[in-house]
Order: sequence, then structure tokens, then C-alpha cells
Amino acid sequence: MNIIRIFKTVFLIDFLTGLLIAIKESFKPKKTLNYPFEKGKISPRYRGEHALRRYPNGEERCIACKLCEAVCPAQAITIESTAREDGSRKTTRYDIDMLKCIYCGLCEESCPVDAIVQGPNFEFATHTREELYYNKEKLLENGDRWENVLAANIKADNPYR
Amino acid sequence: MEYINLLFSEIYKILYVLIPVLISVAMIVWLDRRIWAFVQKRRGPNVVGPFGLFQTLADALKYIFKEIIIPASSNKVIFILAPIVTMTLALIAWAVIPFSENYVLADINVGILYIFAISSLGVYGIIMGGWASNSKYPFLGSIRSAAQMVSYEVSIGVIIINVLLCVGSLNLSDIVLAQEKIWFVIPLFPMFVIFFISSLAETNRPPFDLPEAEAELVAGYQTEYSGMMYAMFWLGEYANILLMCALGSILFLGGWLAPIDTPLFEMVPPPAWLILKILFLFVLFALIKAIVPRYRYDQLMRLGWKVFLPFSLIWVVLTSGYLLYFDLLPVY
Repeated sequence: MNIIRIFKTVFLIDFLTGLLIAIKESFKPKKTLNYPFEKGKISPRYRGEHALRRYPNGEERCIACKLCEAVCPAQAITIESTAREDGSRKTTRYDIDMLKCIYCGLCEESCPVDAIVQGPNFEFATHTREELYYNKEKLLENGDRWENVLAANIKADNPYR
Repeated sequence: MEYINLLFSEIYKILYVLIPVLISVAMIVWLDRRIWAFVQKRRGPNVVGPFGLFQTLADALKYIFKEIIIPASSNKVIFILAPIVTMTLALIAWAVIPFSENYVLADINVGILYIFAISSLGVYGIIMGGWASNSKYPFLGSIRSAAQMVSYEVSIGVIIINVLLCVGSLNLSDIVLAQEKIWFVIPLFPMFVIFFISSLAETNRPPFDLPEAEAELVAGYQTEYSGMMYAMFWLGEYANILLMCALGSILFLGGWLAPIDTPLFEMVPPPAWLILKILFLFVLFALIKAIVPRYRYDQLMRLGWKVFLPFSLIWVVLTSGYLLYFDLLPVY
């Protein structure tokens, strides 16, 4: 027993086995993603960057019910609204302070018309704070850009709601 | 006019050695990180340039533009001097490394002594950095590092005596030429292993990276450094590692000599063999960094003083006895 241990210590047996394992392991496929070029799978329920959606005819979905503003635990949403000429109630202002937002998803949950949603985009870092005070145009633009993905995600998640 | 010409030709020669060394230091940092990542099944830096080769240059650029913070309570002159000393000492040792038979900056006849002196002086950069920072962790780190480097230098010195006994000269080119028949790694294999492990300790590499043990000492003597000064410590460290690899390949692996004297190997230029050997040793350094846990301080000291030193001393006696008995002592 003791002799074996001395033999192992003197001839660095454990160390050399470790070295062999290390060399073997280094040729195996990598466990990490090649991030900026390769992205992980995201659930349809993912709560990323916000977006305001439109109906297929181009009409804004938002009816200015202000449920999202009321439910928002961080009070990140500010809405102002008036009646349009045709009598429908629409927002004149829809701001989200993305720095206050805690990405809880309650706004999306509370929306009766699926207007405000949180999309799969999580790469919206900016150089200044001001760029993260989103207004209505920015949110609608997000909605237009991500509409296909957003619609697919809502449809995929529908059975579980 | 003659003096100016001489001066410029000398500077030109120095740059001819220094710039490749600096570039290869940058490449070697990348290689180190890549190998470390590969063993852990990660990818490592692979975005900047082909295979991420320019990652170190990008890092260096970042360091240059960062603010250098000098602690208010530090000894400012020594604080600034420390990284300069480390880097300079790591680079001037390259003057005597022979890349091929005639490609040496300074072919002095006490080359090995010069390298030994320079690498002993390397402790000062660390001690100065730790002392001048005037803070707990750098101080503890530099004390540890000084003790460690001094202890392992002793055994490295004794190992070098082994080689010198077989060569009979302190000139590095002579040491390489003496290995034309057989590389010293074969007759002196145990010494090669001990030299390798000692050079890990000498350059503060894992498993002997106690001076910068991040779990207990933050970053050791580098804690208070920032910006370009930190980068200089870092460059000096890697230049030192490269130097120890070069020394190992010159002392034991036959320097610029080809492994077998065949026409096919003759076609490869001699410096390429030296570079290949340095790379081989460095890959071992990097693999070891990836697989071993850090030594405890008392274990480190025990290994240095109670194992390596007596063993290499006994080997000196064995080598000299063997050489004397068979009348193989080199005559110069």
C-alpha cells in the first residue's frame, strides 16, 4: 500500500493521468455556445424587450385602457390618451422606462388586446441612459420589426394560458 | 559618425530580437487562454482576428486607454518603477538566448550565469510592487512570492550545475553544441522534470501561483495596479515564462538542434526547432495550469527545500562521480 503510494508520488502517476485526461477532453466537442454567432433556444414565453403590436390592417391594438400602467409594479409605464375623430380611444403617449422595468411580464399578462408584449429580443444595450426611455414610436417600431416572431410566440404559448 | 553607426546597428539588432519576442508573448497569452479553455471544453478567445489571434493586442489597446490609478498612500516612485523593472528584466535576459549558431545578440561566455542573475533580480519587481502599494494583500503576496522564487532558484541553480558538468562551459551556444550526440533530457531526465516544475514555481504559474492566489489575496502584488502598469506586469510575467521555456529547451532539449540528423530535418531552419521546443514546453505549462489545484504554502516550501534541493544535490554527486569514473569530463 505504502510502496504503491510512494511509487505514484515519485513517478507523478496521478499527475500524468490527469494530463492525459486533459488532452483527451480538449479534443471533445465544446459545451459552450459561440455566443454572438450562435444563440441559445428561447422559450415562447421569454420576457425580453417590449413591443406594441398592430392589427393586420395597420391599426394600433392599444385601446388606452391603462391596465398595464396600473399593474406595473415598477411604475415604468406612462400613458396619456384622447378620443380620436372616429370616436375610438387611442394613446397619445406610451412611454416605458426600460431602466425602471423589472421585466416581470405583468403588462403583457394584463393587456386585453395583446397590444403590449415582451418579445424574444434581449440584445438592446445602449451607450446612454436616454436611449432606454422608450416612447410610442420606438415601441411600435419594435412591434413591426418582431411581429412575425411575436405572433408565433403568442400562438405557441396560447394552450398554456 | 562611426559611433552613431555602431549605436544604430546595435539598436537594430536588439529590435530584431525584442520585437519577435514581444509579438510571441502576445501570441502565447492567447495560446494559454485557448488551451485553458479547450481543456475545460470552452472556446476561449476566438473573435478578434483569425482564431482570435489578435485578442491580446485588443486587450493591450484597452489597457493603454485605461486610467492609471496610483494609491494615495503608496510610495509613488517605487510603485511606478516596479512594473518597469519586471518587464525590463524579463526582456533583457533574451540577449544571450542563442536562436541558431550565429544568431545571438550577445555571445558572452557566462551566458547561463547572466540569465541566472537576471532571473534572480526578477524578484525585485514583485517585492517593490508589493511594498510600494502600501496595502495588505500586495504585501502578503510579494512576501510569499519572494520566498518562493528564492527557494526554487536554489534548486534550479543546482540543476544547472548538473548540465554544466556535462558541458564544461557556461556559454549557451556551447551548451547546445554539446548536445549534438544526445540531448541532456535523456541522461538527465529526472533533472529535466525537476527543472520544469521549478520553473513553474519560478514564474509563479499554477500550481505554484501563490503570490496571486485570487481566493485569498485578491491578485497578490498586482492588486493596486491598473491600466498599462498592470499590463506591463502581465507582459513581464509571460516574457519570463517564455524565457524559462527557452532555457529549458536550451539546457535539456538541444536548443536549435534537430531531433535527428537527417537531410529532411536539415531543411528546417535552426531557429524554428528552438521555437518548436519552446512551444512544446509552453503547451505543457498551459495544460498544467488547467489541471492542477494550487499548492498550500507549506507544501510549496517542503517541496522546494526538502525534496528538490536534496534530490538535485545527490544527482550532482552522481553525475560528477559518473563522469569522473568513466573519464568523460569535458576538457576546455
